[in-house]
Amino acid sequence: MSGTAGVAFDVGAVRREFPVLRETVHGKPLVYLDSAASAQKPQAVIDAESAVYERSYSNIHRGVHHLSMLATSAYEGARAKVQRFLGAAESREIVLLRGTTEAVNLVAQSYGRRHVGAGDEVLITGLEHHSNIVPWQMLCEEKGASLRVAPIDDAGEVDMAAFERLLSPRTRIVSVSHVSNALGTVNPVRRMSELAHAAGAVVMVDGAQAAPHLAVDVRAIGCDFYAFSGHKVYGPSGVGALYGRAKLLEAMPPWQGGGDMIASVTFEKSTWNELPYKFEAGTPNIAGTIALGAAIDWVQRVGLDVIATCEHDLLLHGTRVLGEIPGLRMVGTAREKAGVLSFVLDGVHPHDVGTILDYEGIAVRTGHHCAQPVMDRFGIPATTRASLACFNTRGELDQLALGIRKVQEMFR
Amino acid sequence: MNDLRELYQEVILDHSKRPRNFHGMPEANRSANGHNPLCGDRATVYLHVEGDVVRDVSFEGSGCSISTASASMMTDALKGKTVAEVEALFARFHELVTADPSKAATAAAELGKLAVFAGVHEFPMRVKCASLAWHTMKAALGGGDKASTE
Repeated sequence: MSGTAGVAFDVGAVRREFPVLRETVHGKPLVYLDSAASAQKPQAVIDAESAVYERSYSNIHRGVHHLSMLATSAYEGARAKVQRFLGAAESREIVLLRGTTEAVNLVAQSYGRRHVGAGDEVLITGLEHHSNIVPWQMLCEEKGASLRVAPIDDAGEVDMAAFERLLSPRTRIVSVSHVSNALGTVNPVRRMSELAHAAGAVVMVDGAQAAPHLAVDVRAIGCDFYAFSGHKVYGPSGVGALYGRAKLLEAMPPWQGGGDMIASVTFEKSTWNELPYKFEAGTPNIAGTIALGAAIDWVQRVGLDVIATCEHDLLLHGTRVLGEIPGLRMVGTAREKAGVLSFVLDGVHPHDVGTILDYEGIAVRTGHHCAQPVMDRFGIPATTRASLACFNTRGELDQLALGIRKVQEMFR
Repeated sequence: MNDLRELYQEVILDHSKRPRNFHGMPEANRSANGHNPLCGDRATVYLHVEGDVVRDVSFEGSGCSISTASASMMTDALKGKTVAEVEALFARFHELVTADPSKAATAAAELGKLAVFAGVHEFPMRVKCASLAWHTMKAALGGGDKASTE
């Protein structure tokens, strides 16, 4: 098939790059519609990680020997790839971490504890993942600050008028997701950053759900911090990155102490390493981070524009075929969406949907998607979520629709 | 597909669509709230215990077909039982769904209608659905007010 942008995209060729897509589940070919929970890995990423262990593994930033040099250079190469992937100005603005959750906690604990005081406010939105709620709650509780929440409407879009009203001179930090994991809503993060900056707050964007689906440019967005996770962008789990403006990162205290993050240590006093190492204590997931670099290469080789175009086509097709099923209600119908089809079925709990679809070989996520407040907003305990990757096809979404009809048959 | 039919037997589907004893109980002298934090399922179990006998049982809450049917059938099964009998049934049911195969057969024989939940052991992710109401009932019986599958 070809995308509407006129770019050739051979989905069959892309699928052949994912070994797991050759698997069968309960005798049926695997239909993987759970990429929003975690993406599957192409051979290039799997090979990159094993190649590190086979040929060039050592600890980094330490030894003078050959392997240490190779590993350090590949690790720093991955940092440079992340920098270009996010459009950051300098590689020292990229802190390599375990993932988005760790990045949010780092900003909350390092920047937040220094800049948020009693009576101050942190503003988030009603569609955040727990990882972009709880670290701020912990900070606010410690400091006697308040967590404010910009509500979402029935479509799952942030009420921008309310967002603007909730900004005040007391707002220190605004933290918003770029794309909602539960609903797929794409937030207007550029506009949000402008408004937040005008109110004097700094802006953190949780990009975990955005990075696999759309080209990110942190300077165009204008945010101060941006985080994403490797495992959602076809890379390994347990690795990810935080972008932070150099000026802010420089002024922030270290978060965790240990090896690699220091310049010098005596029992009386230690001094901190330069950016970004000040925030990278301990031996990281070296091979995983290098494989994240390979995942970024892979995504860029396929092309994020091509991916976005194809996934948009899938989203429209999925919305259409699911919309034709009586008793099915889509949850999250924002005008701008990426990668997610969340829905509820009359009279059937999502867990039953998930179990029965599994017997059709179809992997979907069921539950609250680590976004309980979103479920509360819609008055439902859970949804079934089919989420998309560039290797999915219209045919797979047709199979999903057929599977849902089988579920209904069973519960008739 | 056989495992699936084993899990979703007619009697389970029937109880999930038309749960029995699905209401509050003003005269209850024991109750507890159960929660499965992984999936958000909730159950409140009410007991009216007189001396050593469970006179009445009811429940409220929301959950999947397995958790609703399990709660419904549990309430039917426990009425009129002594506390000791209820505790024995709890233990048998637990053996049935967590499936130590050597014990499951004996457990099934002793559980009567509740044996339809034997299919659950093929679905490790669903064991907590089937056992939420039972854990909640046990917490209520023991005088606690909260139960969690975690």
